Amino acid sequence: MTPSAPWRDALEGAAEGQATVGEAALLLREAPLFDLGRAADSVRRRLHPDGVVTYIVDRNINYTNICTCQCSFCAFFREKGDPGAYVLSDAELSRKIEETLEAGGTQVLLQGGLHPEWDLADAVRLTRAVKRHPVRLHGFSPPEIWHFANRSGVTIAEAISRLKEAGLDSIPGGGAEILDDAVRARISPRKVTWEQWAAVMREAHRQGLPTSATMMFGSVESPEHVASHLVRIRELQEETNGFTSFIPWTFQPGNTLLSRDPRFGETLPSGLGHAVGYLRVLSVARLVLQNVRTVQVSWVTMGAKVAQLGLFFGGNDYGSTMMEENVVASAGVAFRMSEEEIVATIRDAGFRPMKREAHRCST
Amino acid sequence: MEPSLRTIQDKVSAGGRLSEEDALALFLSRDVHAVGEMADLANRRVNGDRVYFIVNRHINPTNICVNRCKFCAFSKGREEPLAYTMTMDEILSRAEEARFQNATELHIVGGLHPDLPFDFYLRMLRALRERFPEMHIQAFTAVEIDYFSRITGLPLEEVIRQLKDAGLGSLPGGGAEIFDPEIRNRICPEKITGDRWLEIMEAVHNAGLRSNATMLYGHVETLASRVDHMRRLRDLQDRTGGFQSFIPLAFHPKNTEIAKGYTSGLTDLLTLAVGRIYLDNFRHVKSFWIMVGPKVAQVSLHFGVNDIDGTVVEERITHAAGARTEQEMTVAELVTLIRQAGRIPVERDTLYNVVREWPEDSA
Repeated sequence: MTPSAPWRDALEGAAEGQATVGEAALLLREAPLFDLGRAADSVRRRLHPDGVVTYIVDRNINYTNICTCQCSFCAFFREKGDPGAYVLSDAELSRKIEETLEAGGTQVLLQGGLHPEWDLADAVRLTRAVKRHPVRLHGFSPPEIWHFANRSGVTIAEAISRLKEAGLDSIPGGGAEILDDAVRARISPRKVTWEQWAAVMREAHRQGLPTSATMMFGSVESPEHVASHLVRIRELQEETNGFTSFIPWTFQPGNTLLSRDPRFGETLPSGLGHAVGYLRVLSVARLVLQNVRTVQVSWVTMGAKVAQLGLFFGGNDYGSTMMEENVVASAGVAFRMSEEEIVATIRDAGFRPMKREAHRCST
Repeated sequence: MEPSLRTIQDKVSAGGRLSEEDALALFLSRDVHAVGEMADLANRRVNGDRVYFIVNRHINPTNICVNRCKFCAFSKGREEPLAYTMTMDEILSRAEEARFQNATELHIVGGLHPDLPFDFYLRMLRALRERFPEMHIQAFTAVEIDYFSRITGLPLEEVIRQLKDAGLGSLPGGGAEIFDPEIRNRICPEKITGDRWLEIMEAVHNAGLRSNATMLYGHVETLASRVDHMRRLRDLQDRTGGFQSFIPLAFHPKNTEIAKGYTSGLTDLLTLAVGRIYLDNFRHVKSFWIMVGPKVAQVSLHFGVNDIDGTVVEERITHAAGARTEQEMTVAELVTLIRQAGRIPVERDTLYNVVREWPEDSA
């Protein structure tokens, strides 16, 4: 490699935080792993000079798996009446929250399928049910909010305002998948468009609700799509400054329709949905999204070991203990980590573990 | 870069030999990128972009063992419920399956059985060689070779000669654990000493047989004892040149008498990388995906590793200790894993002859 290799110029430019889609895609394709890692690590150190790596004790609660969206990458959804279809009862919900509090948890991450009969009143009822307990509620990704508003015939602004009034504290960034409508048409044709996803986030931020942003990669997208996703988040953040964290993870093919699509199989060797690709994406995300404070590693999809390594490739947050995880587990991936293991893993890497309380949202 | 790493990096760039202090400094470093790059340089200087795998089959004829190493969850007493000894037919039928899968190697290690005579092993080798002449037999750790010498009263050289005559092709690298006598005494007091292990390997090499070398890490050993272990391997390799690959083995805690957790990703990768950099007279460094998992194995290809072992098919020893991996990886999975890391997959035989290259456009 010569000093004038194009990726080198792109990497230098990216260090300033304003990489273009083309530059970010070039980095994803061509920059050597350790050059990317070192550049991402220096951004991480500038934003978090204290060497702290945060995590949270919370519980992932999925109120239903009945979903009209039926994305081909998802192994979690069921149709109403299918064996295994469920809706959580109020008693089960309460029990799960009690358990969370007993385990020292401070937050509930509440997400579910797009139930064909549910509207905003149901979401408000759920919110109130959670907030009867002294717990922070991080809930309802943009596709869910869109679904509730649509079913009730109210605006997004109205839906968010009523959920906030009922006690919603922050919104998870799920359902972003890849923020590109051509990719979405292939893997999640019934889901909100990328602009609808962004519209929900913009409105949430306007009303003072913090949110995270996610990205699921390693399905059928190209590096350009990943790059454009990152730049779209960066631009939205410039406008609203409401994203607290960015969380990329890889598509888990087990038990999904998409995994049986031969076109998916063909993209496997050249795609980014693997451990080395994950570290590349994490690094480029840290470089592009310098206006988002936190980048979270995903032990749920990558396992404790690669997630730990991610702390040297831009990550400064180890995520959550989860307590239960149903969506990725449906795809046959079931890594588990206790709070003790998370703390030990962070320390082993030479960082200072700090348990996040209610001040920043996650997952 | 950490200042202490600079001089080490200069040595590595110049192809110079590292001191034990250098190796220790690398272990203590948290400059993951610098250590990874040095290991990658050291590896690619010798092996280029090629990464090897093998189509093989493990056979563990018995788990009955007169030793009770504290890190081992595999060994059983004769009367214990899970004790087993395969009949000759069971061994041959496994080899038959291996042939059906186009395996080039049978990897055979087992416990130190209290009753099976040396002749059983000679008969096994002869039967395998006669029925499956196309498969290389890699069998018996140095610990088993020593045991054969003890139960027969034959000198080491004679035991090796008879095994070689019967069809033994090479030796695996097991039983090395950690050579440091103080540590060794704590984890496997009944096992042969480190000096004896090295003496046996020297005799094996002098008899014209190749072997591998392992190191068990992640239990109660110190970093200094890891360096001491590698120093002794490097010294012997200077004399004989008979070692093919260095294989660090990650301790697995389940069902053992050592109260430790699983190794971290960082520990796995640093151990592989330091091994690659320090052991300048070893051609190959192997990460055993069964132990570190396919994801870390893939990342390790950027940390100096040029071999990810093989298809394995049936693995009992690490799985008895709580391995969180599958028993088998297919050739297609191994090829994809290597390609995704940006390297060229090469199927090898036991002695690292090329069986088949898998360039970019092959299936």
